[in-house]
Amino acid sequence: MTEDATIATQHIVDQLRMAFPQSGIEPVAAKDPTVRVKPEHLVEVATYLRDQAGLDYLSHVTGIDYSDRIEVLYYLYSMRRHLGPLALLVSLSREDPQVPSLVSLWSGADWQEREVYDLLGVVFTGHPNLKRILLWDGFPGYPLRKDFQGEPEPPFRHSY
Amino acid sequence: MGMTEEAAQPGWAAEEREIQEALRRNVLVTSVDTIYNWGRRSSLWPAMFGLACCAIEMVCTVSARYDLARFGAEYMRPSPRQSDLMIVAGTVTKKMAPMVVRIFQQMAEPRYVIAMGACAIAGGPYKGSYAVVEGIDKYLPVDVYVPGCPPRPEALIFGVMKLQQKIDRQSILTVPWYRKLEKASK
Repeated sequence: MTEDATIATQHIVDQLRMAFPQSGIEPVAAKDPTVRVKPEHLVEVATYLRDQAGLDYLSHVTGIDYSDRIEVLYYLYSMRRHLGPLALLVSLSREDPQVPSLVSLWSGADWQEREVYDLLGVVFTGHPNLKRILLWDGFPGYPLRKDFQGEPEPPFRHSY
Repeated sequence: MGMTEEAAQPGWAAEEREIQEALRRNVLVTSVDTIYNWGRRSSLWPAMFGLACCAIEMVCTVSARYDLARFGAEYMRPSPRQSDLMIVAGTVTKKMAPMVVRIFQQMAEPRYVIAMGACAIAGGPYKGSYAVVEGIDKYLPVDVYVPGCPPRPEALIFGVMKLQQKIDRQSILTVPWYRKLEKASK
């Protein structure tokens, strides 16, 4: 990424903080420009970033279990303005991790949110088809959680 | 053929002598096992079926440079019904295991299994994972294990040759697929 693009992405962060002064948006010190957003403000912030700031491409959605909280990370780029990445970070409780789905904004979020749901158990409210994508139906628990135990049996019985 | 000199006496009719000559040139006496095993070992037809990076090595083994055809096993069949060798090439995930076993069950007997690579043998680097079967021999009767991560084509060819030696030693009295009724009746 060029120097100009870094400055421009940083500029988007500043604009975002001015546009949503009440939303608890705080920049996070990281390699890429990152802002932490509360889950209840995620959709409006994401809509602003897509429509006003021109970040038209959701590169990836991923989740991290920090043992005391679960964080969901969104990486946004602009194909049109050649900007990015700008990362959105949402912290959720481990007991009831719920965050609004962004499928209505970026269709590419569909399978990626299903993967985060599959492996970490984050519920994306409003997702059109929230079911397991990699593991089989009936898998016990969420394997990327730090406290996951056990070796599940494959989903069939067999003897040759 | 002990009958040759004495049996073909001058008193015999000329056509009888001709028949004896023809038999001597054309009839081979051997055992059923030898013929069966020769036929089976010389035309192994692997199922065209790969799971992970080992499958790339398997493709390489079959193609021109390493040329598995030299050992009579070049014809990868895309249908399990037409193949008699299953090379389990790659990581078997628990989600994929039912399909792998299904393909094996669709193969006609006699059928053989080669477990290719660390993953198919014992789970490899994914041992202990929530998603990976720790060795396909939990579900299939593996004949030959080819270790490596992934094994080089030479190793797979050596595995195929080992399987051919194994087929040479088998007998229709003991191979499992002729003993199923016996087993079932017990």
